[in-house]
Amino acid sequence: MADLTAPPRESFRLSQLLYDARYRSLTIQVVAAILIMLLLVELVNNTVTNLAALGKDIDFGFLGTTAGYDINQQIIPFSSQDTHARAALVGILNTLLVAVLGCILATVIGVLAGVLRLSKNWLVARIMTVYVEAMRNTPLLIWIYIVFAVMTEATPLPRDFREGGSSSMIFWDSVAITNRGVYLPAPVWGAGSGIVVAIFLLSIAAIFVLRSYARKKQEQTGQQLPVLWMSLGLLIVPALLAFFVMGRPITLQYPELGGFNFEGGIQVRNSFIALWLALSLYTSAFIAEIVRSGILAVSKGQTEAAFALGIQPNRTMQLIILPQALRVIIPPLISQYLNLTKNSSLAIAVGYMDVRSTLGGITINQTGRELEGMLLLGLFYLITSLIISSLMNVYNSSVKLKER
Amino acid sequence: MSETHAHSAAFVRTAILPPAAPPPGQTGVLRWMRENLFSSIPNALLTLLALYFVYTILAAILPWTLNGIWDAGSLTECRAIRDERGLSTAACWAVINERWLQLLFGFYPIDAPLLARLFYADELAAAGGMDAVFGPGSNATARIEFVGTMRAELGNALVFFFGYWRPLLALALLVVAVAPVLYNNLPRGMLIFSLIYPFLAVFLLWGGSIWGPISVALGLALSLYILKYAGARFGGLLGGLAMIVTLLCFFFNPLSLLGISGLFPLLPHVSGLLGTILPFGLPAITSDDFGGFMLAIIIGTSGIVLSLPLGIVLALGRQSSMPLIKWVCVTFIEVIRGVPLIVWLFTASLLLNYFLPPGTNFDLLLRVIIMVTLFASAYLAEVVRGGLAALPKGQYEAADSLGLDYWKSMRLIVLPQALKISIPGIVNTFIGLFKDTTLVVFIGLRDPLGLTNAIRATGEWNGIYWELYVFVALLFFVFCFFMSRYSMYLERKLATDRR
Repeated sequence: MADLTAPPRESFRLSQLLYDARYRSLTIQVVAAILIMLLLVELVNNTVTNLAALGKDIDFGFLGTTAGYDINQQIIPFSSQDTHARAALVGILNTLLVAVLGCILATVIGVLAGVLRLSKNWLVARIMTVYVEAMRNTPLLIWIYIVFAVMTEATPLPRDFREGGSSSMIFWDSVAITNRGVYLPAPVWGAGSGIVVAIFLLSIAAIFVLRSYARKKQEQTGQQLPVLWMSLGLLIVPALLAFFVMGRPITLQYPELGGFNFEGGIQVRNSFIALWLALSLYTSAFIAEIVRSGILAVSKGQTEAAFALGIQPNRTMQLIILPQALRVIIPPLISQYLNLTKNSSLAIAVGYMDVRSTLGGITINQTGRELEGMLLLGLFYLITSLIISSLMNVYNSSVKLKER
Repeated sequence: MSETHAHSAAFVRTAILPPAAPPPGQTGVLRWMRENLFSSIPNALLTLLALYFVYTILAAILPWTLNGIWDAGSLTECRAIRDERGLSTAACWAVINERWLQLLFGFYPIDAPLLARLFYADELAAAGGMDAVFGPGSNATARIEFVGTMRAELGNALVFFFGYWRPLLALALLVVAVAPVLYNNLPRGMLIFSLIYPFLAVFLLWGGSIWGPISVALGLALSLYILKYAGARFGGLLGGLAMIVTLLCFFFNPLSLLGISGLFPLLPHVSGLLGTILPFGLPAITSDDFGGFMLAIIIGTSGIVLSLPLGIVLALGRQSSMPLIKWVCVTFIEVIRGVPLIVWLFTASLLLNYFLPPGTNFDLLLRVIIMVTLFASAYLAEVVRGGLAALPKGQYEAADSLGLDYWKSMRLIVLPQALKISIPGIVNTFIGLFKDTTLVVFIGLRDPLGLTNAIRATGEWNGIYWELYVFVALLFFVFCFFMSRYSMYLERKLATDRR
């Protein structure tokens, strides 16, 4: 038996930095780091020189100064005397409002279109195909312009709603669709309305408790409670009772025609409706495709296996197909939500006051702080998408197939 | 046996009966309708509802479209004609008839001298000949008036084919250049033209001296040659560095930090030298004049062509085992993807000058193309990363065990398979990029949607919406639909797994 000799100890040679795979990656990274540093130095150097030449500095103090402009849609109170920071906040809330409502509507339409596209009914499936292809193959901007044109050009003037005019309000005289926006009844919160709202919130909490109780009971005894009916009852009955017991504290203020325009109620601006509808319709086409491919991705054997076990069709859908389809559907769905949120910056096309028009638009124009303004704007979008995508990662890892 | 049987039985049929016709409800249209439209009561209700829906839509759209008025000078004339004919609704297609050239080309100047020489020779002679109208020192007002009357008299079709021959030729050659890439049964030699095409297109569209694009091509070719030569001689890393240095010297000024200018970049010296030896060129057209659907095609095509390689490199970088490279790529991808394109476009138009050396001011269109390319490449990187991740690990290991180096294993084994998997995503990104070119309207470029606003701003067409939107939407639809169909074709063609 030969002695085990230690492998010859190679002394380090400089050429190993280039030709030895162990060291080469280090060399490449050092070179890359130097190049990147040079690029950064060049960029910063240029920026500093250019700013100095213009007599500017980098200063975020402008956020604390008076904005001096009005915002036509405010979720929180805002006047032109408030600061630029508050204007940015109003814009952020407007962006989030249209994004959240858009996601909800897009999901509803998208799921419907996706399921109907798989329908056995040839005509319905074809209609949905046409819808999806038309939406997916034309720019979103056109749809925003089209919906805006519909809202402003094809709707009646407020004066047409006068006695004997050509238009009338819909939904029992409560909603008016005019070329200046849609007027909805506004709730008026009277004394005691807080109790009604509190009871409503409590019953929502009770529904969650009920559901977990029902699940526990089914696991222990096999008995199934009629959860759906009980939840619906819980949702409606206590709040309705409280509403009448408290003497109907919440009333509706209907919009009424006064002078040249509607007064009272809530005015939903055309810019908001155009952006909201166009974003939802456009995104729903993508969601429809995601839903369709998600359902198709669950193999037919799963359905057949469930039927073989004697599970009813609707419970098969609920217990077997949907959980598996959702695993495929949710990640791209969330990235569509992300796209919708980012696409809401197209508000510029219709003059909706989102964060890009307040912080990234008027504020920049008034203060001349384009570098800082765009930086903050970019950061807002970046943080929003990072939050949403990290939520998606959490979800993904929770539903991932646990394979060994 | 059968004969015995035939004798013993009273009756045996010797000929096969022709098959009986199926019951009437089980064939042809009836059966199809029963299966596909009326299989159950809810289904039948759904069908009726859908029929009603389709009827409502068509009843609203069809009369409007088909009654359309093609010949009118303004919207008021259109309405007058409509009322004269007693129609309740009618599209005013006249606006398209009159303005389609503008929607396609924006304010891109026509080749008026060519048109005049070919079709308007008599009037040109009457106006004093070529030099008097178009020559240097000629009266600009008279020229504009002459061109205006000529356009009106020659009609849009002639102006389209001969006035806009440069963008048209560029588009036709684009088809030739793209064809061998799209369909691999075409002769491979055509790929050489595909490589030349970008420079040719720049020359045709922007005009100027032909030596500008040729010098850029020379610079790129030189850098690639150096990469290859130095790479073979001194190893890939040094070769790459040599290429970067060559590119810097040719296109940028690496000594700008030291305050030395004049020697670098080499590009203007080369093109200037070549231009003095053999001057040849077309009338130069600035990017400000570009517009219309042509602009969407230019931005879209260059974005697509440039973003694919960049996206692949970013995806590979994100998969890299080198932490620095990986984190640079991750940061780049996430930052670009996290912010909407419109913010990037505003950055390009408002802020880019801050980051460039003082005094640089380059073309807005070029800035937009760069931004769109970077934007699309980040999305492509994620798509390609999905393809790379979907590839079984055995493929990577097999490539390694064959002794292929990194680039060879990527080029020959990994990328062909990964890209095949990611075709749908890649094409979707391209379609998205093409649609997003409409956003340039917000930073002042004249894309088709911006031009619809410009047309509406004129007195004749004030208040016209749908016709213009339908036209622009159809243009985009045709291109995007072709792209999505092509991706389906490609998927089918490349499907090597048996199903």
